[in-house]
Amino acid sequence: MSWPALLLLAAGSYALKAVGPLALGARQPSENAARLLALVAVPLLSALIVVQTLSVGHDLVIDARVPALAAAALCVWRRAPFLVTVLVAALVAASWRALL
Amino acid sequence: MSAPSGEPSPRPPYLASALGIGVATGAYGFSFGVLAVGAGLSVAQACVMSLLVFTGGSQFAVIGVLGAGGAPSTAISSALLLGARNTAYGLSVAPLLPRPLAKRALASHLVIDESVAMARAQPDPEQARGAFYATGVAIFILWNLGTLGGALVGGGLDPERYGLDAMFPAAFLALLAPQLRQPGAPRLALAGGLIAVVLIPLTPAGVPVLASCLALLLVVRDTSHGTADGDGAPQDGAR
Repeated sequence: MSWPALLLLAAGSYALKAVGPLALGARQPSENAARLLALVAVPLLSALIVVQTLSVGHDLVIDARVPALAAAALCVWRRAPFLVTVLVAALVAASWRALL
Repeated sequence: MSAPSGEPSPRPPYLASALGIGVATGAYGFSFGVLAVGAGLSVAQACVMSLLVFTGGSQFAVIGVLGAGGAPSTAISSALLLGARNTAYGLSVAPLLPRPLAKRALASHLVIDESVAMARAQPDPEQARGAFYATGVAIFILWNLGTLGGALVGGGLDPERYGLDAMFPAAFLALLAPQLRQPGAPRLALAGGLIAVVLIPLTPAGVPVLASCLALLLVVRDTSHGTADGDGAPQDGAR
């Protein structure tokens, strides 16, 4: 990744955070707009989970990441802290690979 | 802190949680550092990204796409789309931030999932403001230290051996889960995931994630209908 690309990303990311506080101040967006903005991350996060669990390049594969994600889901369901969830996933994937 | 009259609490209750989240993201930042270097970034680039971009989901998306062989433009588009939720967050915490422009601009950098979630969990605006800063600053410090450590160690570490690659989807799941309570969100998550599965074998890396946004069309259609009959509870029980 080039430096200009990195700085572009930084500028864009900051603009997304700051546009509300700086431009709108205390004014609120319309309820529909706010609801849509709040939902934007949902399909993206879901797609990221799928891509990073099931794909190697263009192939769909089932490997150690699947049981790791299942363990993470269990953690999330049991309301485990963020760190615990992420570490359990790493631990399950690492042991799966070491043992099988 | 203005505790209810009588016993002023010496330490606000959110500090422990803020520190806990900070430590967690520090560990997560470490794995970001490792994976960023693995995906071809230099140590300096990994650190500058954590300092200036400072939003974990977007950063992981960038190196996820780059690591899978995607183009930088695709990586950046995915990251910015993913960062669009920070706009919603920014709007929601805007009333808590200081008035002076410079301070406001600086505080905006701390607008991320965790700081906003902590602010929202507080009982009053003063504690919300405190929790926002405590969480944001704790994460900023530890996330960047973690990135530096991970990037320095990175070269000699095989991420798969330690299951570091499995930390991505687990972390995204932990970020996604609380958002699923919004009306319509579970359906969106399902649609986004399906779009990705279908496109993985067919399109360049990064596109399956970007294209998942098309699922939002489901909601756009719904809201234009939904407002007509007033804005009460979620329209139907079949969520």
